[in-house]
Amino acid sequence: MKYIDEYRRREHVLALADLIRRESRKPLRIMEVCGGHTMALRRFGLHSLLPDHIELISGPGCPVCVTSRQFIDQAIALSRQPEIILTTYGDLNRVPGSSSSLEQEKARGGDIRIVYSILDALTIAAQNPEKQVVFLGIGFETTSPATAAGILKAQMAGLFNFSVLSAHKIMPPAMAALIDQGVNLHGYIGPGHVSTITGSKIYDFIPQKYGLGVVISGFEPTDLMQSVYMLVRQRETHRPAVEIQYNRVVTREGNLKAQQLLEEVFELRDDWWRGLGVLPQSGMAIRTRYADFDAGKRFSVEIEPTREDKGCLCGEVLKGLKKPTDCKLFGKACTPSDPVGACMVSSEGTCAAYFKYVTIQ
Amino acid sequence: MCLSVPARIERIEGDTAICSVGGATCQASLQLLEGQLPQPGDYVLIHTGFAIQKISEEEAAETLRIFEAFDELNQQLDEEERQTGQRIV
Ligand code: SF4
Repeated sequence: MKYIDEYRRREHVLALADLIRRESRKPLRIMEVCGGHTMALRRFGLHSLLPDHIELISGPGCPVCVTSRQFIDQAIALSRQPEIILTTYGDLNRVPGSSSSLEQEKARGGDIRIVYSILDALTIAAQNPEKQVVFLGIGFETTSPATAAGILKAQMAGLFNFSVLSAHKIMPPAMAALIDQGVNLHGYIGPGHVSTITGSKIYDFIPQKYGLGVVISGFEPTDLMQSVYMLVRQRETHRPAVEIQYNRVVTREGNLKAQQLLEEVFELRDDWWRGLGVLPQSGMAIRTRYADFDAGKRFSVEIEPTREDKGCLCGEVLKGLKKPTDCKLFGKACTPSDPVGACMVSSEGTCAAYFKYVTIQ
Repeated sequence: MCLSVPARIERIEGDTAICSVGGATCQASLQLLEGQLPQPGDYVLIHTGFAIQKISEEEAAETLRIFEAFDELNQQLDEEERQTGQRIV
């Protein structure tokens, strides 16, 4: 897009850094919940432009990272059924399960195919009527509308050999849980792409109930610096609020059509988050009326007992309590090419972002 | 996986937009967009094969106007730096 260069201009970033220095007095701890932001902040080295009393902490907004190991184990068990073709976004491929990963299962002959879109999985289902095609649905509100659209499309096309194993989650309960669990913060950099769907209104409870601000940010350096500046202003004037920096695409109401599709296909259930535990009404289950497309209901497979990794600090990292570099395995036993924990697998994971941009520098 | 890319619509075929991103071509389903469908020349944000939002060019342009105001600030800063001999940012 022709505007992108403008959002990267060095002098704009520096001018914003200067404004922040001039106006920020109080200590400020802000969390970027979204893995995309973690990556961009690290990549452009924005931390180094901020005064020492402003601290940026990474949060639980990488869907791969918060996905439970049990879900991976369930996916592996499904992929071992001879009639099943398992389809997944590439990010899940290398996440360690209790004793294997999808990548290892594929090497052993499991029919596991990486797709870019759920639409590709539907095509595979149409081409393989004698097989069952299962799609692994992970991600927040940015990704789940596509899954909803895919299920509706499968129903319309009569593709009854297609189903979804859903681990979709929603963001606000995690943001509330962090504060409830005692993580010390003054504000959030709100996720940009989740908010295109949900609108900014889903965060209204955060200033109201907790007195913290939320600024929904874009992903370019100037976007992020401007968002930090907006949070500085909120803090200095004692006015926590929900504000939209990323107003090129985010509105207060969001994408209503996508919200309708979500409402049609999914209902909320309690769900498990790595690091945060079980959060009430934070996961998206496929409604009974679409049970035909719910792989969790259609296939009863035996799942191995879940074993969590000893020594991996992902849970603490996701809560912003520990930095990846605090982990003894970081960069040694755990690297992006041989990850121990999920935070090192996904390109948006905090450990991967640190590994790529911090240790190398 | 969470990354979404802004793309320019080149053509529309049914409920699919053929878009260009950088120099590459990709397809995006328009099923998730509400209201008036975008037209060739419009920008959309694409995520996992679906256009999830139109991008408002006015808002983008407005943000750029704010940036222009920074140019003035930059000149001021340069001036201060010259006078004090210190790098300010
Ligand atoms: S470095 Fe590896 S083992 Fe340590 S917390 Fe990160 S992902 Fe877990």
